[in-house]
Parts: sequence; C-alpha cells; structure tokens
Amino acid sequence: MTLEVGNLSAGYGRKMILKDLNIPVIKPGQLVGIIGPNAAGKSTLFKSLTGLVKLRSGAITLNGTDLAAQGRGQKARRVAYMPQTYSCNALLSVFESVLLALKQTSGWRVKADNLTRVETILRELGLSHLSSRGLSELSGGQSQMVAVARTMVRNPELVLLDEPTSALDLHHQLSIMTSVKKAVTSREIIAMVALHDLNLAAEFCDRLLLIRNGEILADGAPNVVLAMPEIKETYRVETSIEETRRGSLYVDAHLSA
Amino acid sequence: MTTMSAPEGEISVYSSLIGRRIMILCAACLLLAASFIFDISNGPGNFPMSKVVEVLWDKASHGVRMEVIIWDFRLPIALTAVLVGAMLAVAGAQMQTILNNPLAEPFTLGISTAASFGAALAIVLGWSLIPGVGHLIVTINAFLFAFGTCAFILLATRLKGVSSETIILFGIAIFFVFNAALAMMQYRASEDQLSRIVFWMMGSLTRASWEKIGLGTALLAVVIPICLMRSWQLTALRMGEETARSMGVDVNRLRAEMLLIISLLAATAVAFVGTVGFVGLVGPHIARMIVGEDQRFFLPLSALIGALMMSLTSILSKMITPGVLYPIGIITALIGVPVFISVILSTRRDRLS
Repeated sequence: MTLEVGNLSAGYGRKMILKDLNIPVIKPGQLVGIIGPNAAGKSTLFKSLTGLVKLRSGAITLNGTDLAAQGRGQKARRVAYMPQTYSCNALLSVFESVLLALKQTSGWRVKADNLTRVETILRELGLSHLSSRGLSELSGGQSQMVAVARTMVRNPELVLLDEPTSALDLHHQLSIMTSVKKAVTSREIIAMVALHDLNLAAEFCDRLLLIRNGEILADGAPNVVLAMPEIKETYRVETSIEETRRGSLYVDAHLSA
Repeated sequence: MTTMSAPEGEISVYSSLIGRRIMILCAACLLLAASFIFDISNGPGNFPMSKVVEVLWDKASHGVRMEVIIWDFRLPIALTAVLVGAMLAVAGAQMQTILNNPLAEPFTLGISTAASFGAALAIVLGWSLIPGVGHLIVTINAFLFAFGTCAFILLATRLKGVSSETIILFGIAIFFVFNAALAMMQYRASEDQLSRIVFWMMGSLTRASWEKIGLGTALLAVVIPICLMRSWQLTALRMGEETARSMGVDVNRLRAEMLLIISLLAATAVAFVGTVGFVGLVGPHIARMIVGEDQRFFLPLSALIGALMMSLTSILSKMITPGVLYPIGIITALIGVPVFISVILSTRRDRLS
C-alpha cells in the first residue's frame, strides 16, 4: 500500500492554495507528519486528498489506483479524514456516533461485526468508559478523541488527522499518537497527521513534510527536516536540535532576537 | 453516567437501548390508535368506543345512520388529522436536520404564508395557476404556491456555498414578501371573501375528503421509506456539515433530496387543512428528547408524535365548546407555544447551539 501525490493543485474559487505539490512515495506502515505554520495549506491538502476540495490538476495514487478518478463512496471507504471541527450538539451517545461513522460505508443493517468493531476501537483508544455518554456532555479533549475513534473505526487505507492533539492534555496527546502509530504499523496503512507540536512530530513520525504557502519546503526523516534552516525561516524562530537521554529528538525553540 | 463494564458491556448497553427504542415506538403506535378511536367516538351523541370499533370493522353492523356518521363524517376528519400531523412532523424533523437548526420548521421558510397568499388569490380574484380545476381552486393554488416557494429555496441552495443560516434568511424574506402580498389581497377583498381567507388561514380539519386522504397516504408511503433509507446519512448530517462530508456523505445531494420531500409534505399538508403551526416544531422536539437523533427511530417517532398531537387537537377542538368545532390552527398554536417555550427553557443548555 503506497501513496504518491503528483503535481497537485487545488484551491477555493479563484484562490489557489496548493501549487503544484509533489509528495514522493509514502510507504505502508508510515506515519507522516505534516508541519507548517497556520494557513500553510495543511487542511486543504487533506481535503483535496479526501475529495472535499476539487483538484485543479494532479494525481493521487493510492495503492496503484488514482483516487481522484474514484467515486465518493469508494473514496470514503479508502480514505478517512478527521477535520479540525468535530464538536457538535447532536443527541447521540459516543457509541452511536462511532457506529454512525462506520455505517456510512457498510450497508444499512447493523451487524454484530459492526458493534464489535466500535467496541474494539473505543477500547483501543481508552474511551470505553465514555461509551454511553452523550456527545454534548464531553469535554473538548474527549470530543477530539472520539473524533479520532470515528476516523479509525472505518479501517481505511489512508488516515488523515488534522491536528488530532490540539485539545488534549500531555498524557492523552501521547496516548492518541501511540494508538495511531500502533494501528498504522499493525494494519500496514498510511497515516498523515497535521501537527503543530514539533516534539510530538519528532517522537512519533517516520517522515515529516514541511509545508508553507501551499508548497513543500522540506521532506524527510524528522532528524533531517527539523535540523534544516527552512524550519527556522518558516516559523521565524531560532531552533536547536538536541538528543534526549532517552534517545529521542528535542526541538529547543525561542524567538529570534 | 456510564457503567464500567464487563466484556461485551458497551455492546449490550447499546443493544438494550435499541430494544427500549423499539418498545417506545410500539407504545406510541398504541397511544395513537387509542386517540384515533376516541377521536371518532367523540362528538355529538358520544358513541362507546367498542361500537366505533365494530362499525370500523364492519360498516353495516349498526345500521345506515351509524355507517354514515362514522364513515362519511368522523373517519375522514380523524384520518386527516393523523396524516397531516405525520406529514408536518416529518417535514419539520427533516428541515431541522438539513438546516442543522433545531428551531426550523416548514413555516420558518414562509411556506405557509405563500400557501395562504395562493389561497387568497383564488378566493379574491378567482385566479388560478392551473385553470379549470373547479372547486379545488383554493387547495391547488395553496399547494402550488407552497411548492413553488420550496422549489425556490431548493434552487437557491443549489448555488454554491449557501449556508443553513442563509436558507433561513431566504425564508424570512419570503415570509415578509408574501405577508405583504396577502395583506394587499385582504385589503381589496369583500367582507365575505375576507372571512373566507381568515378561516382558511386558521386551519380546519373539516376540509377532509377521501381523495385527500388517499393522496396523503400515498405521499407518506413513498417519503418515509426514502427517509429511512437515508437515515445514516441524515444522522451524520446532524454531526455537522464538515463531519458528514468527511464521512463521505454527499451533503448537497442529500439536502436537495430532502428539500424536495419537505416541499411536497409541507405543501400538501398546508393545502389540505390550511395553516397549522408548531406541530412541525414540537413533534420532532419531543421525539428527539425521547429517542435521541438516530434517524431510524427519530423519524418514525416524530411522525407518530405529530400524528398523535393532531389527533388530540382534533378531539380537543370538539370538546372545548360542545357542538362547536374550533379551527385546529388556533388550538395547535395555543398548546404548541407553551410546550415549545418549556422545551426551549428546559433543554437550552444541551440542545441549542
């Protein structure tokens, strides 16, 4: 299972957000971090991969087939996208909302297998105790984790998570990323995760893509990308990379004087 | 609160929830049946309910007089109440779903005002969109204006990027336009015509007829299965437009389909009985409080509660002053508004954005 994006251009109305963007082959089982400043085009990239934004040009090749040429239902079965807005006031329980995400692509009748899958994903993400809680009763962080569950339950080939940790405390940031990472390696799928926290990106991602103004500035392993001068330019900060005693990377950043 | 659970816990909690919802639907059906029979038995010369059931079962069982009273007078009214209630509630439920706005109902979009204007046109000027329809002119004009208004909103939403707020604003604009046009009609109407317009706008079940019942039944028999087939997508839409899209729902198409269905339902209901407000608003609200928003249960229960409300209204309209049949539109507003306000006050924190 591989993903390759070639000459992708997309935007809203006359405004072009992504300009001739290329992503060389992403291998199965890889967790790819998408980093870059606000309004860099991260969400637009996800939406164009999902088909929510029409492509001006370009090809998205997932596992040998062109995604752009496939129908909505087919795409929904293969790609699961978690948007940044996930809170809602619908009168549904957590269990119902996760089942709902699954039922969009698996027929009308609820089968025993559907229920087991919902239960399993809730357990994997440590959300079992929230199962019959109403969506409107959840905290911001809990809603975000349930949104991740809704995305992962569909068992897609490509998972796109738009800032899945933005509302989470430290423990849950790490536990969500660990669960996603585990799912990616065990199921041999591909995940792309937009992250603002460079340390989180360094810790969990196999590869990082730095995006600015709809273009890819850097692409490579975390230790390579994070050490590039483009990081400093893009974020307008001074950085130094250190290795912690545990052997992971630490990005030390401060505003340039 | 949740229960910390043994293995299979979450699934069994969910399954018992589903079981409870099925029971609730059955209970609502029984209540509706009881109210329906009582509605028929109620009126001048109160008949015992057992006798009513016997005449319903076998027309000739209690003589020609009973047959005429039950089958020609009471049954059409009772059936129309149930059908119109169900139509208005389904229309309201789907409007709230596709606009993602719990306060929406067909009347928010000015559909009833458009219908009233159509009726007034027929009453005052004798002017019809389709010539040569005879005594049905008022009904058909009301239907066409209501449907046209829905179609206009439908076309407007097909334009790219029209949000649910914009649709509501369209509705308000339409409401004011037709209200002004209606006032103009009323101003130039004769005294007799004016009273006919006012009476039409109040909403009355006495316009019941077997043809209308046949049409209404056929419409519901087509519409409800379609909505049920779309129930997973419709429920997803309540999670927010972006979430629904990310799950693969074709939101634009679903909205257009549902607007067409809502248009048909609302226009038919209004054309049958005139303006009846709040059933489309309160019915779905109560259903939502009881079974939540899983459309597989929410939609049928909305229809049942809407039907039950109209059936009870029909009973009440006969009981307030014996011998006088009050227009149902007045009663639904009198009962509906306090119920609606109490619903808003008691649930504001959770249910309204």
